[in-house]
Amino acid sequence: MARYLLRRLAFLVVSLALASVVLFVLLRMLPGDPANALTAVGASDEQIAAARHAIGSDRPLPEQFTHWLGQLATGDLGTSFVSSLPVGPEVTARLNVTVPLTLAAFVLAVLIAVPAGFVAAHKRRTWYGALLSGVSQLGIAVPVFWLGMILIAVFALNAGWLPAGGFPQDGWAAPGDAIRSLVLPVVTIALVMSASLIRYVRSATLDVLGSDYLRTARALGESFGTAMWRHGLRNASVPVISILGIELASTLLGAVVVESVYALPGLGSLLATGIAQHDYPVIQGVLFVSTLAVLLIGFLADLVQRIVDPRLRGRLSGGAR
Amino acid sequence: MTTPTDLLATEPRAKRPTRRTSVTLTAGAVLTGLVALLALVSLLWLPYGPDDTSGGRLAGPGDGHLLGTDKLGRDLFTQLMTGSRIAFGAGLGSVAVAALIGVTLGVLAAFAQGWLDDTLSAFLDILIAFPTLLLAMLVVAARSATLGSAVLAIGLAQSAVVARLVRILVKRVLTQDYITAARTSGTSWPRTVAGHVLPNIWPTLVVNLALQFGLAVLAEAGLSYLGLGAPPPNASWGRMLQEAQATFTTAPAGALAPGVLLVLLVIGVNLIADGLRDVLDPAGRGRRS
Repeated sequence: MARYLLRRLAFLVVSLALASVVLFVLLRMLPGDPANALTAVGASDEQIAAARHAIGSDRPLPEQFTHWLGQLATGDLGTSFVSSLPVGPEVTARLNVTVPLTLAAFVLAVLIAVPAGFVAAHKRRTWYGALLSGVSQLGIAVPVFWLGMILIAVFALNAGWLPAGGFPQDGWAAPGDAIRSLVLPVVTIALVMSASLIRYVRSATLDVLGSDYLRTARALGESFGTAMWRHGLRNASVPVISILGIELASTLLGAVVVESVYALPGLGSLLATGIAQHDYPVIQGVLFVSTLAVLLIGFLADLVQRIVDPRLRGRLSGGAR
Repeated sequence: MTTPTDLLATEPRAKRPTRRTSVTLTAGAVLTGLVALLALVSLLWLPYGPDDTSGGRLAGPGDGHLLGTDKLGRDLFTQLMTGSRIAFGAGLGSVAVAALIGVTLGVLAAFAQGWLDDTLSAFLDILIAFPTLLLAMLVVAARSATLGSAVLAIGLAQSAVVARLVRILVKRVLTQDYITAARTSGTSWPRTVAGHVLPNIWPTLVVNLALQFGLAVLAEAGLSYLGLGAPPPNASWGRMLQEAQATFTTAPAGALAPGVLLVLLVIGVNLIADGLRDVLDPAGRGRRS
């Protein structure tokens, strides 16, 4: 296990290094000069050159890259071209919204999807089993922002129970308000996420239900509950864990739409502004942190999978086949 | 070992009677067909001109306007009809891009071995974890907010998913005896791929592409909602929803109708995908994801 951990960690570092090179190069391929965004319309060539010099975009690319890496090594994400504020604290502030939002939605989605998916498979011939499958079919077709709009209209505008959007100015200093403003976004993401999760859980459960080892266990006299608990759970959870990892990662990064619907100051909206303003340090910072998160989540998912399923030992990544 | 694509793989066999299969396919075809009809008719005839603002702002349903008007006084039903063209364009275009790049990449990746194989699949996994919308935002920033950019961006993002699926499918086919037979009888690799590999992964691929169509329609709506899709005055359903959000309680039709059509279209193509899987792959070998 120790050897595997080392190899897997080395793999993580290499992936991160590769990803940062790709990130850096791709961003520099974007057309548009950040210096233009900094200077007034009709600025003279000298002014533009001065702005370029100030942000360092007149230096050769390799030099810019090593400079960026050097900063990263000290935990510095650089300084925004536009606001001249350090990117690191800004990203941290946004993570204070995005991380609780994502984690709460993720937990809620799992709490909905695992029992629902199991029932949809186990009771697939009953009306409620079929209904669950149908609802999840419907759920994967609903655009997340539209669901958000409807929830706002019903629970915020009509009933007035919850705020329609925004996040308290003091953030978590006002925990009650902060939580209230996250309820609807969390439910929105969780519902959409659980719709697709239900399908995966249902499939994994169906696999187990049709398996020979479960039949054998039952034939040997184990009750359905015991057999599922001792043999079914582990087998069904392996594929679901890898999906959970992907879902968690893409929710963390994909919250941008929901953040836009509910006007939340999260990571996604920071990225959207950064892209609109050609603010390389901000885009780089957000994408670097997100990539790190994606890789870490993948790492954890692989680790958990190996603990659950001994057959995976000897493979580097649970996602590969 | 078990990949997400495997997950949706195996329903217990023969549990699904063939009669229900055609019901699924028919229901999907009817739903998709209704929206397609809207798009086709809109090419020939529209109730009002797309820029006709004679209806008065935010008029309710009725009075010559089936669903009422939007905040600029344009007929909602007319906008819905033109929006269906954008939805189909986005879906078909993105899937074409995704198929072209994804199949090429996937076939190449399937031939990789050892560390290259590990690296490639890790790379695809990372790409897949990056949401379509994020990649799309970058592409749109690099180009400009047009339908073309959106289609290109969505297609690029989806090509990673297609590539991974194709890689797995091709790897499986490559272990088959008929491939060995073809190779030992002197068939070149390109000919083997074209003549033996692709035809064997085709059914599963088509089902996946149908699902990607639905996802692409949703992604385009999301981009338009964020103001990054087809620019005004094109009535993308996503943009219509965004514009109607402020007046949800006073004029609900505008905030509901585009969403309902989106859901109908996406459910329609998903049902077609499910039905196709059962028809093309009766043994249940097929994959849904």
